[in-house]
Amino acid sequence: MTERKLPPVTQMGMGSLALIVIGGIYLSAHLPRHVPLAPAVILLALSALLVAWNLFSLTRVPDFPWSRFFAVAKWSLLAYSVISALILYAFLQDHLSGGPLVVLTLSLVIFAVNVPILIGFTVARYYDPADEQVNIVRG
Amino acid sequence: MGAVGVAAPPVERPDFEIVPRVGLILAGFAMVILVVAIAVNKLWPLEFLHVAGGAAWTIIDLFLGLVLGPIIGKMSIPARIEFTTKLMPKMVVIMPVVVTLTLAAGWQLATALGTNLTFHPDHGWVVASMIVVGVMAVIALGLLEPANIAVLIELKKPRPNPEVIEKLMKRFVYAAGVLGVMQIATLVIMTKLGSA
Repeated sequence: MTERKLPPVTQMGMGSLALIVIGGIYLSAHLPRHVPLAPAVILLALSALLVAWNLFSLTRVPDFPWSRFFAVAKWSLLAYSVISALILYAFLQDHLSGGPLVVLTLSLVIFAVNVPILIGFTVARYYDPADEQVNIVRG
Repeated sequence: MGAVGVAAPPVERPDFEIVPRVGLILAGFAMVILVVAIAVNKLWPLEFLHVAGGAAWTIIDLFLGLVLGPIIGKMSIPARIEFTTKLMPKMVVIMPVVVTLTLAAGWQLATALGTNLTFHPDHGWVVASMIVVGVMAVIALGLLEPANIAVLIELKKPRPNPEVIEKLMKRFVYAAGVLGVMQIATLVIMTKLGSA
């Protein structure tokens, strides 16, 4: 098996997820008291930077199989958007509002984008142009 | 036993769906129940979804990580492929649903009981459970889930690469093992909360 050199997308993606999780726990652990938002915002910004870096680094990979990447990532994005929406719905039911709601919503957006990138990348890295089209969902 | 010099027959690869459609329908049904339970905000439905989902999540992780994982590692390649094509598509649907049910219902339950408020005496245990779940989420979403999907897509190819399957399965089994061990911490925390 010959593997081309690829950027550390999985490691960066897991780092981004970890930052989101730490931010989420930080906010949740302070309820119902006033939460200083600065640490959560910094964690969120760093997490978003790692996701952006991941996407940027993939655009620098020659002949990266984007069609395979998107074929998988789009379905994952749909699934993780539904999951994120459900978590957000639970927060809204609890009357969360203001800064914490904005930070948690943005964290869920990063989460919903990050996981499909990780799944799409893991599939695409083993793509062989000789492969036939593989349907992700079929009857 | 085959004669020396005769090529082994190609590995039989059963046809399978990467994401079973029936599973998606059941997953949608479970999500509707979750939305209703959160909207109604009564203790029993929330407790039912949290306990049932959490029990399924813990048992699947423990069983897969500590019992099935080592068995899969010792199976012959054809047996492993057949087992994988039957188990993993179900895992693709079951695990995200079970995790979402447990966490969303659990958060709502903690809100209803007040255990997620800083002044509650068990608040520390709730934060501890968030930390354990957070670590498990990073491992599951960063390593296990992508390996699960990738191995199924590799197996769907006309000529699956055994080395790729081996590598991804190893990643899947090791990640499942770590999650299985971490679930013991979840059991300790949840039984502590339950007996408080």
